[in-house]
Amino acid sequence: MLKDQKLIKVLKFLFGMREMALVLVLLVIGVIMTTISPVFLSPLNLRAILMALSVEAPITVGMVILLVSGGLDLSVGSTLAFTGVVTAMALNAGLPATVSILIGLLAALGVGLVNGLLVAKVGINPFITTLGMMTTVRGLLLVLAGGRAVLNLPRSFTVIGQGKLFGVQYPIYVMLFVVIVGDVLMRNSRFFRQNYYIGSNEKAARLTGINVDLVKIFDFCLVAFLSGVAGLLITARFGSASLTVGSGLELKVITAAIIGGASLSGGEGSVFGAFLGALLIAILANALNLMGVDVFWQTLVTGLILITAVVIDVVNERRKRGQK
Amino acid sequence: MEIILEAKNISKSFPGVLAVENVSLTLGKGEILALIGENGAGKSTLIQVLGGVQKMDSGQIILEGQPVVFASSNQAIRAGISVIFQELSLVDGLSIAENIFANRQPVGVLDNIDWRRLYQQTQELLEKFNLDLNPKSLVKSLTMGQKQILEILKAISINSKVLILDEPTSALTEGETKYLFKNIRMLREQGMSFIYITHKLSEVFQIADRIMVMRDGKKIGTNPVEKVSENDLISMMVGRNIENLYGARKNAFSESETILSVEGLNRRNVFEEVSFKLRKGEILGFAGLIGAGRTEVGRSVVGIDPKDSGRINLDNKEVRINNPKDAIIHKIAYLTENRKVDGLFEGMALCDNIIAPLLENFTSAIGFLDSNQINQYADRRIGEFDITTTSIIKKVMYLSGGNQQKVLVAMWMGIQPRVIIFDDPTRGVDVGSKAEIYQILRDSAARGTGIIMISSELPELIGVCDRILVFYHGRIMGEVLRQDFSEESIMALAAGIVNAKRSQSTSSARQQ
Repeated sequence: MLKDQKLIKVLKFLFGMREMALVLVLLVIGVIMTTISPVFLSPLNLRAILMALSVEAPITVGMVILLVSGGLDLSVGSTLAFTGVVTAMALNAGLPATVSILIGLLAALGVGLVNGLLVAKVGINPFITTLGMMTTVRGLLLVLAGGRAVLNLPRSFTVIGQGKLFGVQYPIYVMLFVVIVGDVLMRNSRFFRQNYYIGSNEKAARLTGINVDLVKIFDFCLVAFLSGVAGLLITARFGSASLTVGSGLELKVITAAIIGGASLSGGEGSVFGAFLGALLIAILANALNLMGVDVFWQTLVTGLILITAVVIDVVNERRKRGQK
Repeated sequence: MEIILEAKNISKSFPGVLAVENVSLTLGKGEILALIGENGAGKSTLIQVLGGVQKMDSGQIILEGQPVVFASSNQAIRAGISVIFQELSLVDGLSIAENIFANRQPVGVLDNIDWRRLYQQTQELLEKFNLDLNPKSLVKSLTMGQKQILEILKAISINSKVLILDEPTSALTEGETKYLFKNIRMLREQGMSFIYITHKLSEVFQIADRIMVMRDGKKIGTNPVEKVSENDLISMMVGRNIENLYGARKNAFSESETILSVEGLNRRNVFEEVSFKLRKGEILGFAGLIGAGRTEVGRSVVGIDPKDSGRINLDNKEVRINNPKDAIIHKIAYLTENRKVDGLFEGMALCDNIIAPLLENFTSAIGFLDSNQINQYADRRIGEFDITTTSIIKKVMYLSGGNQQKVLVAMWMGIQPRVIIFDDPTRGVDVGSKAEIYQILRDSAARGTGIIMISSELPELIGVCDRILVFYHGRIMGEVLRQDFSEESIMALAAGIVNAKRSQSTSSARQQ
């Protein structure tokens, strides 16, 4: 009897968690799709889903950490393209791949540092700061590249986006690594847990001795770095640095994080949840594709999921308050 | 006396709780009825029912002899009952006039606001109540006391007959409270009726005609104010006798051992030449009006706010404290005056709050937090400080005010402070928890901790402290020793009246 109650409690707790709910939804979609379409579970299709995710997911990890701390970054899409262009130009200037990659990542970190300093030290609102940086960085890369995509990248570089290990492309490994490490850190690491305190009550966090500015700057650098990584992978995959790649990506990434349980007011969210949010969007897009549904429907469905997720949150919260 | 409002056998339950059980009350025209009780006693639910915010399960409300049923707070307001909640509903960026006539501004044919008439009507209203305010001033330029009055005016301008005030003075200074009371009394003379909810018992005796006490959703009794004492009220509220709310003095401090001394602390335009000594085991009070510098000095000592000059010595050695982290390293705890604003992480679990200043202590070599250790620690602290909760992962926002304050105390006791600076220790805290918090402070002092207690509530300072420093306009105006404690002596200093008794040790600090 007592044991049953405990079990019910544990189950209630698990299903109260956003992650479990998302896993269930994903399983249901998986089962339905498997019966409808024989292609769905094929290795080729699964790899395609993961490849599609491999650009967004690492950025989503950085974004959810930033969201937890109460921040937000709209410049990730521009940073992604910027990193690609800078790296590609370094390559075309004859620098070796490793050096070019390093330069590209430093460029990304530079964007993050500027964002972080403007928000933490100057005190500008993150939305405004990164909105400005989104345009500024996009403009900068257009100027740098003279308005043209950078083509003909060497094989020594493109291998990081196209190479395979055990039949699976490298970007998928990178994504899984970032997601797993990010989730473990956000759950267990003292440094990363500080984000929850800052997002929950920044003033109180300062009073308890947390170095709020440092954490914020770190968060902006981290999301910019991960955007840079995604920029490298996508540039390598296509063998050219596009100037328009990543436009609109920021909202996609924020959508995924919020479906995964993050809140724009900070203090809430998990890396795993955000990844599941991104996965849900990707799988639904794939499912609709396989069923031959017009591509326009995907946008509509993504919007509906976001609204549903947020409505569920609000209703849950209200119910809890009522119980009090 | 003519009865204006009568509530009969009101009951209201929420899933799992009977919040109000068979409560009746009457309110006369031109009467102030104080409603007191601990958190969770059902006061809020009762006024929400009266104000149409909640629907009652059973009972009857009779307003001016007519039975009324409210489906919404709008209907209650239109019938003449306005509730003024703790969270003020004013818009800071708009003028006084637009706030009073929010959504009811006089308009012209094109639905354009008739500014001239708006300001004129506001002016008339302000003059009627002898308020020297400009209708065009922005609300953000007003003091908290003026804002409270504005809320009341707003209600009056809708023709309210009954005003229900929910802890109107919780954020007010002594002076603002006086101003508010003066205006409430004036309105009472004009026939306005009030239900006045408060935690501050001393106020009840100043303002109320009758006092109603609630406990556990039930009415315990209603008495004319002349017929009860403060101790009677406390016993009625708590349901047991509290011998001494402020705990027994232990006189633990040693005259000689100074733990913290502050010399010549300055911050431009905030405070000047503040010097004082805190002894081991001493409870030192900081009194003064809000803005007189008492809170500001506390915040600068622990490095939250900057200071321009001055020395801080701990155990007779100078220490540099430039940010809160430094203060924590030196084991100086600062407990903020407003736990919601910069004290607690309300959306986070109880256990996460309790360990907030101690994250390093629970961190392994690779930087991971040890959740087993954290849970054990949190469990122990919850027991030690008698925090009522269903689990250690409950979000702090769902705890009562008294329990939240105990969480704040538990959080900071964790750093094993040698000095505690506690700003407004019992704001929004019920009597039972108050007594517990005073006891915790006394026990801590008995172990040799030096405590600075900053407060607006004189009874609390007089009841708990060993010595009181009074601030006025950014300076220490004087020191009051225990044998000279009285509300008058402290208020005189707080008001800047210099002929009050001062001691040698602080007079040097006042020299220009």
